[in-house]
Amino acid sequence: MNPERQRLAMRALDVAPLVLFAVVLAGFGALSPSFLLPANLLNVLVQSSATVIVATGMTFVLLTAGVDLSVGAIMFVAAAVSGKLLLAQGWNPWLVVAGIIALGGVCGWLNGLLIARLGLIAFIATLGTQYVGRGFGMWLTETRAMNLPETFTRLASNRLAGVPGPVLVAALVVLAAHLVLQRTPLGRQIYAIGQDAVAARKAGVNVRSTLRGVYVLCGLCAGLGGAVALAQIGSVAPTFGANKEFAAIAAAVLGGTSLFGGRGRVWPGTVFGAVLIQGIENGLNHLNADPYLYPLITSGIIFLAVLLDSGRGQLQRTLGRRRIRPD
Amino acid sequence: MSALLQFEGITKRFAGVPVLRDVTLAVETGTTLGLVGENGAGKSTLMNILGGNLRPDTGRLIWDGRPFAPAGPAEAAAAGIAFVHQELNLFPNLSIAENLFLTRLPRRGRLPWIRRRELAAQTRRWLREVGLEAAPETPVERLSAGERQLVEIARALSLEPRLIIFDEPTTSLSDRETRQFFELMSRLRARGLTMIYISHTLEDVLRLSDLVAVLRDGALVGHGPRTDFDAARLITLMVGRSLNQLYPSRASWAQPAPAPPGTPLLEVRDLTQPGVVRDVSFTLHAGEVLGLFGLMGAGRSELARMLFGLDPFARGTVRLAGQPLRSIKPDRSLRCGVAFLTEDRREDGLALEASIADNLALVTLRRHAHRSTGWLDLAGLADAVRAVRAAVRLTPTARDEAPVQTLSGGNQQKVVLGKWLLADPRVLLLDEPTRGIDVGAKFEIYQLIHKRADAGAGVLLISSELEELIGLCDRILVMRRGELVDELRRADFDRERILRAALHERSTA
Repeated sequence: MNPERQRLAMRALDVAPLVLFAVVLAGFGALSPSFLLPANLLNVLVQSSATVIVATGMTFVLLTAGVDLSVGAIMFVAAAVSGKLLLAQGWNPWLVVAGIIALGGVCGWLNGLLIARLGLIAFIATLGTQYVGRGFGMWLTETRAMNLPETFTRLASNRLAGVPGPVLVAALVVLAAHLVLQRTPLGRQIYAIGQDAVAARKAGVNVRSTLRGVYVLCGLCAGLGGAVALAQIGSVAPTFGANKEFAAIAAAVLGGTSLFGGRGRVWPGTVFGAVLIQGIENGLNHLNADPYLYPLITSGIIFLAVLLDSGRGQLQRTLGRRRIRPD
Repeated sequence: MSALLQFEGITKRFAGVPVLRDVTLAVETGTTLGLVGENGAGKSTLMNILGGNLRPDTGRLIWDGRPFAPAGPAEAAAAGIAFVHQELNLFPNLSIAENLFLTRLPRRGRLPWIRRRELAAQTRRWLREVGLEAAPETPVERLSAGERQLVEIARALSLEPRLIIFDEPTTSLSDRETRQFFELMSRLRARGLTMIYISHTLEDVLRLSDLVAVLRDGALVGHGPRTDFDAARLITLMVGRSLNQLYPSRASWAQPAPAPPGTPLLEVRDLTQPGVVRDVSFTLHAGEVLGLFGLMGAGRSELARMLFGLDPFARGTVRLAGQPLRSIKPDRSLRCGVAFLTEDRREDGLALEASIADNLALVTLRRHAHRSTGWLDLAGLADAVRAVRAAVRLTPTARDEAPVQTLSGGNQQKVVLGKWLLADPRVLLLDEPTRGIDVGAKFEIYQLIHKRADAGAGVLLISSELEELIGLCDRILVMRRGELVDELRRADFDRERILRAALHERSTA
């Protein structure tokens, strides 16, 4: 393939997720007209808010060529602790939300410590924290479900100028993340680290502290996403947040974020990816599909996303190969 | 005394091997020093010391009249020393502007927001300077190799350095871009910037420099005003003879008439891959040791990777023992009896944490599997490992179970070689088989190469050491910029002719 055709192929792979998005919307719309009603589309947005928030944090981590497998467990720990605080201690719901976010940040800081300071591989380090988090949460809840008081669940049904609270929170997180990534030195350096961490260090970027910050950010987002999901669901079950890390990674990768680092955006990429995944689930629901099919279809979508990403990665490598002759 | 930079008696050894010997050299303010030398002559080491990546064993640097010992690249940069490397250090996923100012992005006062308009304005200034017509927001991945080189130069200039070092800056540039680059260099010189220019294109060095320095085997063997030199004299100075290495002799060389070439084993015709190699044709015969010489970045390793099936090529045919190979893949090459010893044994050649026995057995595991059940014949495998350990004379003190990383460099290389010898290959592609190993181990590897060729195998030997090729080969091919430019038989081996062919004597501009 000549470079011109390679570049065209790259473009095609870049827009593939958007095409997929349009096809899915149109497909479900054709099969079930009620799917495209504004009320249902808004519902899809409300349902995907938590995933959008968690996936936004995940995008930061993926951009540095890392991964965080512990976000689901962080959500669970935060939920378990806040359930205890609400029910046993009777804390103010707002204070609990702040506590959840802070707890997420602490977990993220721990991940950052393991990865940036002790040099552990992100995959292994966060797999470890995932087990620790799940185990701690199980112990705390004694694997029993907790139903949260109405004072807390009311937070999720608040609206501002007609916009549901969860959507508003997700939008604010996305806006802030987008600005940080595109408009601040920190954001641009995150992209540089993901492209080539050694070169970034040589260029004078403080790679360690940036990485640490990125995992803290991811933890904060996991905490906040957990709070939103918790308020929406209204109870803490042992499965709370389970597999959320895969939904978040899939959302980011579907939106064009590369698992190899350095490529991707929160807006529009990750947001679209998250809404797409939620939209598929909602659509299957509308079609009264067999619930056991959901994981199969979601995993198919994740597989497709990773396939697209690896195609992009291969093209990128051939395009970036060292040249000896100027022809 | 207006010397901006002085090297005073710089000596540096790697593992006891001297790579720089008492180099004393001064660069006057506002002049350009042309630095030339063969592969491994010590140019990079000298520049790494200047850039703070290495520290000299003895000797010191004087920068602007004061002793200077940069602890790292950042310190060298802060002192006003900028590098433009042959290998690009850009971030293709970022814009030109972000690449230039990655750690100095202009911000809105204390706020973390980037002042994008000012960033673009500053970037445009430096792009004008280097003559690159592109918007500052353009992602670097959209630029050609030549344009990227200009971005690299713009980045170096944007640091407003007092000394700038160009290391082979023109290899990826087209003719037009090369001319533009030379114009830029004369503008910079007119402005009084001090520069060091490193290149294998001797005509360019002579044209662009005020002073020329020649390194050979780590020692400064000539320096002075450029008017004292011409290309022929530079080549004579660069050609070294390291006398501390012995080479085994082949029985066939002692015969009065040269032996007729064996049957063709590997026939390569018109092998072409845009940007890498062009129209490469040669034949490797049975029983032949064929040398492939070229300077760093001439495309030798890339050619070997293509022949083994690791990299693709656009055009050309490869025949193995008369059979045309339609598509070349590493596993198929292996089955056809081709072995490839890569240039970086730690990275590509060995599983460092695995045992010696496991490494040796790696490529031949299949052969020791039982035909019907697929179980490994462990006893047979152990016998084979024992036999090959003896054949490559691996140090007897290391147990079979010891991890390879506990071995010395020479013994590690013997493991790599032994691994391939177990496969009993007809064609051996050896890329720098003796890099970084001691003299004794080198000699033993030379003997193994000859023994293999005597047994009827064809060996393609890639080396940056001209001496080694002259000592070992029946024939030498010379590669330059991805093309084969000369071929010499053993009777005609001539150091100067080989080196002259490998250097581009004539500039493209």
